[in-house]
Amino acid sequence: MKHFRGFVIKEFYHIFRDKRTLAILFVMPIVQMLLFGYVVTNEIKDAKIGILDHSQDVVTRKITDKLASSGYFIITKVLTNETEIEDCFRTGSVKEVVVFEPDFAVKLEREKKASIHLIADASDANTANLIVNYTSAIVNDYVTKENKTVTTPMQIGIESRMLYNEELKGVYMFVPGTMALILVLISALLTSVSIVREKELGTMEILLASPLRPLQIIIGKVMPYAVLSFVNVITILLLSNSIFGLPIQGSVALLLLESMLFIILSLSLGIFISTSTNSQQTAMMISMMGLMLPAIILSGFIYPVENMPMILQWVCHINPSTYFIIIVKNIMLKGLGFMSVWKETLVLCGMVVFFITMSVRKFKIRLE
Amino acid sequence: MQTVVVDNLSKSYKQAVALKNITFEVDAGEIFGFIGPDGAGKTSLFRILVTLLLPTEGTATVLGYDVVKEYKKIRNKVGYMPGKFSLYQDLTVEENLNFFATIFSTSIEENYHLIKDIYCQIEPFKKRRAGALSGGMKQKLALSCALIHKPEVLFLDEPTTGVDAVSRKEFWGMLKSLKHSGITIIVSTPYMDEASLCDRVALIQNGNILKINKPDVITTTFEKKILAIRSSDMHKLLSDLNSFEACDSAFLFGQTIHYTAKQNNLVMPELQNYLTGLNHQQVEINPIEANIEDCFMSLMNQAS
Repeated sequence: MKHFRGFVIKEFYHIFRDKRTLAILFVMPIVQMLLFGYVVTNEIKDAKIGILDHSQDVVTRKITDKLASSGYFIITKVLTNETEIEDCFRTGSVKEVVVFEPDFAVKLEREKKASIHLIADASDANTANLIVNYTSAIVNDYVTKENKTVTTPMQIGIESRMLYNEELKGVYMFVPGTMALILVLISALLTSVSIVREKELGTMEILLASPLRPLQIIIGKVMPYAVLSFVNVITILLLSNSIFGLPIQGSVALLLLESMLFIILSLSLGIFISTSTNSQQTAMMISMMGLMLPAIILSGFIYPVENMPMILQWVCHINPSTYFIIIVKNIMLKGLGFMSVWKETLVLCGMVVFFITMSVRKFKIRLE
Repeated sequence: MQTVVVDNLSKSYKQAVALKNITFEVDAGEIFGFIGPDGAGKTSLFRILVTLLLPTEGTATVLGYDVVKEYKKIRNKVGYMPGKFSLYQDLTVEENLNFFATIFSTSIEENYHLIKDIYCQIEPFKKRRAGALSGGMKQKLALSCALIHKPEVLFLDEPTTGVDAVSRKEFWGMLKSLKHSGITIIVSTPYMDEASLCDRVALIQNGNILKINKPDVITTTFEKKILAIRSSDMHKLLSDLNSFEACDSAFLFGQTIHYTAKQNNLVMPELQNYLTGLNHQQVEINPIEANIEDCFMSLMNQAS
């Protein structure tokens, strides 16, 4: 046991003396959280829009005021004729132009019908879509409120409610994904690289020729990363709670246990990679391409799995991150218990068994 | 008692044959040297003996344990210093030593007496990272690490390659004193001048052992007579000697050319005339005793 402890201490020295490792371990999780939280967001806030009001009456002014005071939009341009619209978009000074037709209020009064023309910059399709939807929603809201005084013949009022994320906050989406991404990165990438580094430096030769057993070498290498990954899980949860106000609806203990399971899985993946490669660069490339990219793209983190082509859906189904993200969403956002995630948990357990068996079979007690 | 017994050992890789039917024994307490050029099979042999590689054919035992079946027992009792500098560059001198002590379940204090002579020279730098040490100091540290668990046999794979002449000399001095504490030392080197520092040497080339004996026996039983020849134009001299009819071999050895004749028939006046006829100035021809390199060159010629 004493020589095992010595091994783990040595591993910590390696980690704390390598600036790159330290950066990946402690700076990256925080940077990623902040990036996804503040920069990569689907929410509309202070979008710049222009107004072209051909009518200039009470109603158009009221609607304009409503748009401006919603918090989603800032009116930066007031246009006077159609020709200016093109220029606005070319210079990129606005994302959307709202055009009111002439005699807007009069038409609305007489014909019960008036039109607003929304023109959006769809070079960024998602944002354009969102902005148009938000604008329509505000206009509709105005119309319904005005109509209360008037009795309309028949109306179906649609009231939607966004469960588990009432305000459609981006943070709900990215925290589970970021957790998966960071755990894969630290556990799989760093461990595989650190084992392969010993091979590259030739120190593995001495370790193998010593009385240390292969299993002790592996566990000794992996243990520090397991501990530090767990620290990162807690950091991410604290950050998302304190900065972005994301509550944990379900059991914290269950969430931590499932995270530990995912850490162990990622570590066994890292070990598996290291047994099949002999250079740090290869190990890094495999981890990046084979694990990190799928964790971002093919896991339901950013793009929903259901909308993908069949082949990619299969890839998603063998990607451990997919299951972990479902588990985290269920526990954290929906507040569900173990019974709702037992299937996913079972899949992860199966993967752990598979990769550890494969690694043990492939790990060499000799150099060849 | 024999510390290492190797019987008909062969090792081949996918594309190359590293060792061909090697048989030898190493006695307890001796310094046994493997002398041979790069690619001779020294590293493969060492790795088989420290249980890092499996032999393709044949058997080998270290301290009476089979290198294949009883590899765990061997790993406890041997010290191994690979050819490549294999310590942790980002750990300090002391941390490296401490690490290797703990993985063998011992401590620096317990076996300090064994490494004292070597380690005391690098101890002033014990807080320095191993990566920042000079070549000679790295070598001393590596040796200390290989010794810290008090091994019964020490395998040193080319320990002096890339080390300056002074450090090399010091290193061999350390091996001599380790021998006195009863450790069997098996060492490989590409430097022929180090052969005379071993108790016995094996000349190895292309996976074959050409000869095993005490270094002085190898040289004194060398049957060919050798002339050391020099002139003002050494380059021309070498090509002229090689094209001389009676020449068996001619190699440049430092300041002179070592020359042997066919049928061991050294006719010095004839040679002198031949060379002066070719306008060589300041020609000196002296008969000399063979050194280990002469023997090796000659054995190599015979083998090929």
